[in-house]
Amino acid sequence: MALLEINDLTVHYGRIQALHGISITVEEGEIVSLIGANGAGKTTTMRAIAGLLGSSGGSITFEGNDITKMKGHTRVAHGISLTPEGRGIFPAMTVVENLDMGAYARKKDPKAYAEDLERVFGLFPRLKERAKQLGGTMSGGEQQMLAIGRALMARPRVLLLDEPSMGLAPQFIRQIFAIIEEVNKQGTTVLLVEQNANQALKRADRAYILETGAITREGTGAELAADPAVKAAYLGAD
Amino acid sequence: MLHALVAESWLTFHWSDFLSNFWNATFDGLTFGAIYALVALGYTLVYGVLNLINFAHSEVFIAGAYAVIFTLSGLGFGPSPPTLSPIAIIGDLLVALLAGALTSAIVALLVERIAYKPLRARNAPRLVFLITAIGMSFVIQYAFFLWRGAVAEPSVTMYQDKAIFIVFGSTIYLSQLIIVGAAVLMMVGIDQLIRRTRIGRGIRAVAQDPDTATLMGVNRERIIMTTFVIGGALAGAAALFYVMKVPQGVIYNGGFILGIKAFTAAVLGGIGNIRGALLGGLLLGMIGNYGAYLLGDAQWIDVVSFIVLVLVLMVRPDGILGSNLGKVRA
Repeated sequence: MALLEINDLTVHYGRIQALHGISITVEEGEIVSLIGANGAGKTTTMRAIAGLLGSSGGSITFEGNDITKMKGHTRVAHGISLTPEGRGIFPAMTVVENLDMGAYARKKDPKAYAEDLERVFGLFPRLKERAKQLGGTMSGGEQQMLAIGRALMARPRVLLLDEPSMGLAPQFIRQIFAIIEEVNKQGTTVLLVEQNANQALKRADRAYILETGAITREGTGAELAADPAVKAAYLGAD
Repeated sequence: MLHALVAESWLTFHWSDFLSNFWNATFDGLTFGAIYALVALGYTLVYGVLNLINFAHSEVFIAGAYAVIFTLSGLGFGPSPPTLSPIAIIGDLLVALLAGALTSAIVALLVERIAYKPLRARNAPRLVFLITAIGMSFVIQYAFFLWRGAVAEPSVTMYQDKAIFIVFGSTIYLSQLIIVGAAVLMMVGIDQLIRRTRIGRGIRAVAQDPDTATLMGVNRERIIMTTFVIGGALAGAAALFYVMKVPQGVIYNGGFILGIKAFTAAVLGGIGNIRGALLGGLLLGMIGNYGAYLLGDAQWIDVVSFIVLVLVLMVRPDGILGSNLGKVRA
């Protein structure tokens, strides 16, 4: 049984159809990448999985349960955590307050909270240094670290990352991807959406290519990285 | 031209009156300011989570004032001071406080459920919310008009007000101490609730980024309801102090002016900002009183207050403390 299974999912914005029946499978322990250009429907897919958007057809199954109609705010407690596009840092909260929000849906357990905080500070020492700083005053790279750290505070079964490399300097991009691999090694399944196809394919077990709301190719990261059409469209200079 | 206007003597400055009554004006201004501040919190909290000025909040307030006055007359209070023991009076006032807070909270919640929630479900544009808010304000106002008519409720006196001590030559009354003390206590309580509790974190998260708040597991609809209930309860508490201060002021449109002043206070302090509401309320109370003494007539209080609103909107629309619940998207 796959951990997360999206089957023939369609999403409409009013009368405009954004997803034309896409199917994606994520197995426990994998890193799966979803590659596509601007407007292909990557963010729409992620928001539908996280429950911020309703779907107009198809189904989303998580751990064998149909969650298609489940309310967005209850999904995080079931183990689905999305780091949204643009990072979604609470600007007037400090770093620690932002991390606290990550644990909002969990039962109060000071010991587990302290452990998770240590783990996040271990992955991102920078966040510990900036613990009292307001989220809105941090750099893009620091905010991305905070967003991932905050998502981990929920102890997700699957971590959804929407363009974690967007707008970041190259050294930050490498660092973020290294951390994503590390988080995955520690046992969290990852579904990653990226325009930065080079890194996303290199790190992924499997990947899907999304074009104008439909999946056009799928395979292992290495297969797709070697595919001439993918190379031409997504792996220009890097 | 200016000389001619002043010579007509409708506008004269009473400097000596103003200076001799300065502290008097200050302390009484703080008392009214505390009431504005409690009502202002309701505007500011709802604005924080919905980006909406809930114009029906003035009627949420007056509903509480009706509840307070009905409760007190039901308990036997009338125009002359009661002959009860202080303990009995305090007990009765607490009952009235609860009645006011509960009534206002329920009215606020009903307004939210009936008027705003259906619009959210339809993704209505912001202007529609604003017009609906004004509409709800009139609906409640005229419901009270139909029920109680265009006359004020008979006034009640809760206790024999008395001088407690003298500061800077100005007498401090028991009522002033009660109102300012209780209001500040409630303000501190709300401030701590927003800063320290789980509900408070939820409210701040929804105010700063509703979508991300949902991703964290915050139930936005429940937070919105909670916000209306808290804001309503504070307005109902303010209603008790209002009746204490203006016992003849419970009439169907009695919330209107006070509501706009509380809104002014919220804008003055920085709309969306909890501490700003306190600061704005107290300042506005004092400024209005200074204007009244300086210009020689209490009628000037409202004029001065609304000039303040216009000036703040022109010069510093973010208010004194700014909207630091965090409207800025990172």
